[in-house]
Order: sequence, then structure tokens, then C-alpha cells
Amino acid sequence: MALVPGVIKGLGVTFGEIVKTVTKGADTVQYPHEKEAPPPRARGVIALHEENCTACMLCSRECPDWCIYIEGHKTLAPPRRAGGKPRSVNKLDRFDIDYALCMYCGICVEVCPFEALFWSPDYEYSEPKIADLLHDKTRLGQWMETVPEFESYEAGAEVKQKKVPRP
Amino acid sequence: MSLAVEFAYWQTSIFKLLMAFVAVLIPAGGTVYLYLFKMVSFMQSRLGPMEAGPYGSLQLVAEVGKWAQKEDIVPERADEFVFKAAPYVVLLSTFLLVLVVPFGPDAQFVDFDTGIFFALAVSSISVVGILMAGWASASKYSLMGGLRAAGQLIAYELPLVLAVVGVVIQAGSLNMQDIVTAQTTGEIFGWGAIGNPFIITQFVGFIIFLIAVQAELTQTPFDMPIAESELVSGYMTEYSGFRFLLFFIGEFATANIFAFLASVLFLGGWSVPPFVMDVVPGLAPEVTGLAGALNGTTGGATASFSPWFNVLGPIVMATKMLALTFVVYWVRFTYPRFREDQLQRFAWKVLIPLALVNIAVTGVLKVAF
Repeated sequence: MALVPGVIKGLGVTFGEIVKTVTKGADTVQYPHEKEAPPPRARGVIALHEENCTACMLCSRECPDWCIYIEGHKTLAPPRRAGGKPRSVNKLDRFDIDYALCMYCGICVEVCPFEALFWSPDYEYSEPKIADLLHDKTRLGQWMETVPEFESYEAGAEVKQKKVPRP
Repeated sequence: MSLAVEFAYWQTSIFKLLMAFVAVLIPAGGTVYLYLFKMVSFMQSRLGPMEAGPYGSLQLVAEVGKWAQKEDIVPERADEFVFKAAPYVVLLSTFLLVLVVPFGPDAQFVDFDTGIFFALAVSSISVVGILMAGWASASKYSLMGGLRAAGQLIAYELPLVLAVVGVVIQAGSLNMQDIVTAQTTGEIFGWGAIGNPFIITQFVGFIIFLIAVQAELTQTPFDMPIAESELVSGYMTEYSGFRFLLFFIGEFATANIFAFLASVLFLGGWSVPPFVMDVVPGLAPEVTGLAGALNGTTGGATASFSPWFNVLGPIVMATKMLALTFVVYWVRFTYPRFREDQLQRFAWKVLIPLALVNIAVTGVLKVAF
């Protein structure tokens, strides 16, 4: 007969939850009408700061599902000092992230050695057509406006401060 | 019936047909919205449908529209005629059940002398429909689900019937109106303020009845036949669109009608407790009818109730039905599923002996008092 109190207690739990929801409101958010404030460093969408990118392909190669497409070409940049030799640099032609494939692991942001990729908490970019989820470098550059200032990690974490470039 | 106008047979027939749809579909839609959509959401600390209509009240209309648009798929190797007929057989049992439910002294579709016997008999027809669906689908999930459903429904039919027998012994009649009259005019040791609702004297029977109803409806603690984590959806797996909707209506409308039956058998049916009749004179203007009712004797008593109960009765019944379906859904969304052997053992080793003991005790006490 040890079962019976547990059985009754179970009914009490669900009834209590009904009362709680009716009196104090639901834990869920009625999304299109009210929006949740994303937590710090929320992974919404990846923004690209094009000036920092050297087309080194590290992000593309580390991407677990190969959703970053990069094309670039070598070009000559003016020398740093007068009379110097023109420098050879990589010029970015194409930088696409296919958000239909992306699994938001953030490895690309982690590996970028030149701080060209940033997480933005913006998540409202669904599309009626799946092909439109491929964001090109213009679109990715526009996300830079939504990138918040980097919030430091909690106590005990490896201290890493990332400076967000502002136009 | 003391109406000023007499209606022809075909007129009353059409009226009764319309009212049968009202009595089946309106409570089904109401409880699905109230309990299946809203109460369950509240249990999970969410609000449920909120967009279609005020507080999502038109969600069911949207769902029905969605189902009606879907393609009517019949599996290639299915027995087409049986496959297509099965949902109608299940729904037929639902509509036959509602016929004998009394909503008022005259507001009843058919007043059989053996009303409750008829109800229990036709409730078994749904087993045939479920077996038809399970077999004709030509799918292993459907077959497993259908056979499990058949085993379960037959096992739980017995406690259902045996729980009712106690009530029948106490009321001294199989007629639904007589059962209501017996509860309204009854007295508990000479105290008749609340009549004698059989939930007090037949509490064990009431609990057994509710558990058996839960199993008959394959609601969650007893939902082995449609266990979605192992059988996809049991005998309903291959159904889509409108035919699935028929199963859906059958399931939830039958829940309401069993709740109606339980409120007739155990909660006093369409009647209100006698002390309410005493203190509210406006409730029943024809006091002579009521006085006669209060002087009636139990056990096949002839009591004439005020015709106002034909209006008040459906409201009282709806209130009692809502209270009972609340319990059904509350239990449904609280407990996890029984295993198949536990489920059968519970019926044969616990419920049926308990119901038999209940009958014996009721019989002895009936003779003693």
C-alpha cells in the first residue's frame, strides 16, 4: 500500500501546477507578442567583420558540417612604408554561411585568429525558402550592427576579452 | 410530455437527430478545448493555443479544417471496405450510447426500461470497430494496437458492468430515469436533504467505474493500445484526415458520454438535491409536481418532476459531466503508462474481485435495510 500516497501526490503535483499557471502565469513566453531577452553571449547569428578577414579558410575547414563557403584571390596592396615593395594580401570574394546547415557550434568564431567573426543574439531571420538561408558577406556584415559589447565570462573562466570593432 | 403543441413523428425524429449531434459534438468540442488544450497546458506551465479566436477558443475549428483538407489515404494492401467502415462503427457506438442518457424528466432520446443495460451493451460495439481498424490496416503497429485494445476493452468491460450492478441493486431498476428518481427521493438514515446520491453508498463502485472508463477510453494510464512510443498510434496509425477525425471525435465524445452516465449513476443525474428544490421556489413553479416527487418512494418510484427540469437538467448534467471529465483528464495527464501485463493483472486480480465483493455487500445491505 506504499503506492497509494505517491499516486495521490502525483495528482497534487499536476493540480498545483494548474493553480500556479492560472494565478502566476505561465513560464513560457507568447513569442510574437512578447520577446525573451537573450542571455549573455547568446548564439543567434554569426556576424562577419569583413575588414578583419584574411580568407585564411580556418573557419571553413573547422566547420563540422561545412556550411561556410569562402573564395578569395591574392592581390597586391600598397606598401606600408614609402618606397617599399607592394604587399601580397588575400582579398575576400565570397564569404557565405548556409544557416540551413549551420548547427551553431561556434567553432568558426572560436578559431578565427583575426577576430572577424562574432556572435549576435539576433534570431529572427527565418525564410520561406530554404535557399534564402544562405547569407552572403553583405548580409553577414549587416549583422555586425546587432553584435553587443563582449561581456566578460563568469568568475573562474579563462579570461578572454574580445573587442567588437565599431564603424 | 405536457406540451401545448403536438409534433408529428417525423418532426420529433428530426429534432432528436439534431439534438443527438448537439449532445455528442458540443460537449466533445468543449472538453477538448477546456481540458485537452488548456488544462494540460496549464499543467505544463504553458498557455496552450492562444491565437485562434479569444484565448484560442477557435483552435478546434482550425484543427478540424486542417483534418478535413488532408488526403484520405488507404494503405495499398489494406482491406479497403473494412478500413473505411471502421471509424463509423466506433462513432456508431458513441451515438448509440448517448440515446439512453437522460438530460431531464422528458429530455431523453429513448427511455428504455433497461437503459443502463443498453448503454453497457452498445459501448462494446466500439471494440468491433477498433478490431476492424487494426486488422484492415495491414500494418503491424495497427494490428498490435487493435489486439491490445480488444484485450484491454474486454478486460475492463467486466469491472464496468460489475460496478454498475451495485447501483442497479440499490436503485432497484435498470431504467435510467428510475435511477435518477431513486437518488433524488432517497434518504440517508431518514435525512433527505441531499437525497441519496449513490456516490456515497457506492463509492467503491464509483471508483471502479471511473478506472474502468479510463481504460475503456484508452486514456493514458491505460493507453497501451495507442502507446505512441512503441506503436506509433496503435489502430489509428494508418488513418489520416477525416477518418482520423472520426476516431478522434469517437474517443473524446465517448469520454463525455461515459461521464454523463457516471453522473446519472452516481451523482444524481439531471436532478438537483432536494434542499435546493425546497429553497428555490422559482426553480420549479409547479410545486405539486415537486411535492409528489419528494413523497415518492425509492425503487421503481413514480415521481413527477417539474417540466422546468427539462431546461435545467441539461445544465446540471453538463456541470456534473465537466467535473467528471476533469478527473478523467487530470488522471490522464498525471500518470505514466501501465505495462501490458500490469494492465491485465490490475483488471482481473484487483478490479473484478473488488467489484464482486462490492456487489455482494450491496446485496446483503439491501436486504438488511
